[in-house]
Amino acid sequence: MNRTAPSTLAVARAILAKDLRVELRTLQAVPAMLLFATTIYVIFRFGLDRTELEGGLAAGVLLVTILFAALLAINRVFVAELEQGGFEAIRLAPNSAVPSTGAKVATLLVYLVVLELLAVPLFGFFFLDSWAGIVPLVPVLLLVDVGLATTGALISSMATNSRARDLLAPLIMLPLLVPLMIAAASAAERLLAAGGVDYDRYGLWLAILGLYDLIFLLIGWAVFDFLLED
Amino acid sequence: MNSTSLRNLSIATAVLIGAGFALVFFYAPNDADQGFIQKIFYLHVPLAIIALAGFIAGGVCAIQHLRTGDGKWDARSYVSIHTSVIFGVAVLVTGSIWARASWGKWWVWDEPTLVSFLIVFLLYATYYPLRYAIEDRDRQARYASVFAITAGAFVPLNFAAVRAAQSLVHPRTFATAEGGLPPKMWLTFAVCFAGIAALWLTLVRFELTAKSVSGQLSRLRRALDDAPPPRASGTAARIAPGPSASASS
Amino acid sequence: MPALPLDEAGQYVAAAYVVFVVLLIVYVGIMATKLGRISRELGELAELAERRRGEGER
Repeated sequence: MNRTAPSTLAVARAILAKDLRVELRTLQAVPAMLLFATTIYVIFRFGLDRTELEGGLAAGVLLVTILFAALLAINRVFVAELEQGGFEAIRLAPNSAVPSTGAKVATLLVYLVVLELLAVPLFGFFFLDSWAGIVPLVPVLLLVDVGLATTGALISSMATNSRARDLLAPLIMLPLLVPLMIAAASAAERLLAAGGVDYDRYGLWLAILGLYDLIFLLIGWAVFDFLLED
Repeated sequence: MNSTSLRNLSIATAVLIGAGFALVFFYAPNDADQGFIQKIFYLHVPLAIIALAGFIAGGVCAIQHLRTGDGKWDARSYVSIHTSVIFGVAVLVTGSIWARASWGKWWVWDEPTLVSFLIVFLLYATYYPLRYAIEDRDRQARYASVFAITAGAFVPLNFAAVRAAQSLVHPRTFATAEGGLPPKMWLTFAVCFAGIAALWLTLVRFELTAKSVSGQLSRLRRALDDAPPPRASGTAARIAPGPSASASS
Repeated sequence: MPALPLDEAGQYVAAAYVVFVVLLIVYVGIMATKLGRISRELGELAELAERRRGEGER
């Protein structure tokens, strides 16, 4: 056989396409996500005993909802993969370590973006007086999504192949996500403030989010081989 | 790991800590703002700094482990993190006592360093369940190393983020404790720091020796239990329990 | 002479140092138990080896 191994990019594209096809095929994911977000908002409405949210409280509710959804998504993507033996098949492909996890990150990212396209307007509909803060919130949320996807992919690869993965993955991930959440909450708090959108230090928080994403992308890229070689 | 170096290290530790504590109570002046309570800092701060340095050292050892595949680096990584977690418990408890003495509450969210440390501690506390959940020895060591590297890189990031968040809201209230220390306090702090650092090294060395001995013992037992001449078996000490050694070594 | 005000502040400081010492002693205790186990196992293995040698000579 004189065939050269497929390029890394080709492998990544193939895996991403496969994952997305699987996800998109199950369009039941969309109403399910909508339902999930709605229920969480209702719970918060009663738990906090508030009908309107602004500032820090609004930021907290929104981000926690996204965090929960991310944890579910991560579990879903990896556990389904594991149970169908996808990991073994992927490992057999040459040059597969980085692209397969790159594809995982991309899948999670798409998942989260689609979720937010639904959940954020819903949040505004339920709780917000003015939607002025939503547009500047978009870059914040995008950076958060990248961070969630990267960290999620990294940690669940580690935890998926272990016995107590359902509990272990969130347990490890949540402390790691704290700086991300801190930066996002600080930015969102100001954007959703009652007195109008506050751009104070907006750039700083975006920078911290970006830095976090960069660091975890680098770490993930550096260590992924060791997680998949078996 | 020979015994004389361990002994010398322990002696150095005892001397330094003894001298340090003596300095704390007999030499260092009382702080102008906090009075006698400030004495806790000579214990709390070195413990915190050494613990964090230990976590990062664990990450560095993990890098070496992934690069060389040598099990002794994994042992060093594990023991570094393990010792630092224990020191971390001491940091959080002494920090809480200090908070109670200064603020009247057992915990304050206002002090960014303490909060950051709690987050780091929670992260490293998951190191044990991670190791114990993976049975295959090689994979366990490898994944643990990945974790140690990720977590080690996370430590500075976490401190920066928490400090950025809190200092913008609450000004640093304990700057007086750290900045502009009079020379007598500096000396006391330096000796205590050296003592705690020596203690960390001693405990790490101690535990590594114990692990190595256990490993040798298992090897010996395996050699004696097999009727035919013993095969060469790995000397890597088992860090976390798993299924008993299979014949595949 | 050290001025040790045994008021409230002193108790907290003492508590912190006591915690430190106790943790240290607990650690030593656990290591001592491990050491005991190791030496017991070593004794068993020494017996085993001597027994084998006895069988070999026979």
